[in-house]
Amino acid sequence: MIDWAGYLTLILGGAWVTVKLTVLGCALALCAAFIAGLGRLSRFAMIRSATVAYIEFFRGTSVLVQLFWAYFVLPLLGVPLSPMQAGILALGLNVGAYGAEVVRGAILAIPRAQLEACVAINLSRWQRMRHVILPQAIVLMLPTFGNNAIELLKGTAVVSLIAISDMTFEAQVVRTQTGNTAIPFLTILILYFALSGTITLGIRGLERRLSAGLDVTKG
Amino acid sequence: MEWNWAFVFEILPTLGDGVIITIEATLLGSLLAIVLGLILAIARRAHTRWVAWPASAFIHFVRGTPLLVQLYFLFYILPDVGILLSPLVAGVIGLGLHYSTYNAEVYRAGIDNIPKGQWEAAKAVNLTMPQTWLHVIIPQAVPPMNPALANYLVAMFKETPLLSAITVFELMNAARSVANYSYRYLEPMTLVGVFFLLISIPTVIVLRRLERRYTLRS
Repeated sequence: MIDWAGYLTLILGGAWVTVKLTVLGCALALCAAFIAGLGRLSRFAMIRSATVAYIEFFRGTSVLVQLFWAYFVLPLLGVPLSPMQAGILALGLNVGAYGAEVVRGAILAIPRAQLEACVAINLSRWQRMRHVILPQAIVLMLPTFGNNAIELLKGTAVVSLIAISDMTFEAQVVRTQTGNTAIPFLTILILYFALSGTITLGIRGLERRLSAGLDVTKG
Repeated sequence: MEWNWAFVFEILPTLGDGVIITIEATLLGSLLAIVLGLILAIARRAHTRWVAWPASAFIHFVRGTPLLVQLYFLFYILPDVGILLSPLVAGVIGLGLHYSTYNAEVYRAGIDNIPKGQWEAAKAVNLTMPQTWLHVIIPQAVPPMNPALANYLVAMFKETPLLSAITVFELMNAARSVANYSYRYLEPMTLVGVFFLLISIPTVIVLRRLERRYTLRS
C-alpha cells in the first residue's frame, strides 16, 4: 500500500519551494530589468555598453548553463553560494535580461509629444521618468512581464538539477520510491499549470488597475 | 583556481562529440516544431469546436508547464505504455512538442495579419481553398514569420542542455562528465557557455537585420 497522502505533502512542500524561488527570482528579475532597461537608454556610452553586455550574455546562453556556472564555478572564484542563492541569482538575472528589453521597448513606445510636454513645463529628467513616462510605460510592460514571470516559473524546474528540493525534485523522489511515474508527474504538471494560470490572472488584474485613467492602452 | 589551457585542449574532443548531438537535437526538434506547429495552428482555426478547443487547450497547457517536467514525463511514461525510445528521440519529441505550441502562435499571428480583403479577392477571382492558401495567403504570411520562427529555433537551441537530465549525451552532459572525473568545473562549464554565445549571438544579429528589413518593407 502506497501512502499517497504522505507523498502529496512532499510534493506540496516542493511546490512551496517553487513558489519561493519564483517570487524571489521575479523580484531580482524586476530590479535587473529596470536597472538594465534604463541603463540601455543612458546618456553615457559606458553604462550603455555594460548593460548591452549583460543582456546579450544572459540572453545568449541558457538558464541551465548559467545555473551550473553559478553553482559550480562561482565558488571556485571565491563566491560560495547555497543552491537556493545560485538558483535565484541565475533565474533572476536570466529573466531580468529579457525584461530589460521590455522596459526599453515600452519607454521608447511612449509618444515623443509626452517628452516635449515635460520639457515645456520644465520637469527634471528624474521627474519626467517618475511622473510621466514610467506610469504609462509600465502598463505597456505588464503583459510581457507576465509572460516573463511564467518563463521564470517554468525555469525553476531546472534548479532540481542542483539538488534543490523543489516540486520537480520531489516528484523524482516520489517516482524512485513508488516506481510510479504517471501520478507524481501529472500532479506537478497540473500544479505548474495552476501556478502559471495564477500569474496570468494576477497580471490581468494589475493591468486593469494601473491602466485606469490612462489612454495609452488598447483597452 | 587557474584557467588551464592544456586541460581545455584535452577535453575539446569530448565536448565536440556533445556539440554534434546538441546540433542534431536542435535541428530535428525544430523540424518537428515547425510541422506540428502548423497543424496546431490550423486545428485552432477549425470551425468545429471539437477540433479547435483541444488544440487550444493543448497549447495553453504545454506553454504553462516546464519543458524539463515534460521531458521527464515523456522519458519515463512512454516505456510504461510499451513505447521504447532512445533518450535522444524522447528529447527531440519533447523539444518539438514544446516549441510547436510557440510556433503555432506565430503562424496564427501571421495568418491573422493577412487583410480580409485578400481572402475576399481570392474568392472573387474564383480560387479554390487550396489555391487561396498556396498562391495568396502563404506567400504573404510566411516571410514576416521567419524571424519569429528563427527566434524560437535559437530558444530551443539554448534549451537543449535540459536533455542532459534524461541522459542524452549532448554538450552539457559531456561537460559534466568531464568535470566529474577531473574535479575541474571551471573550464568545461565556461566552454559550454562560450559555445552557446558563439552560436547564438551571431544568429541573433542576423535575425535583427532580417526583422528590420521586414518592418521597413511593410
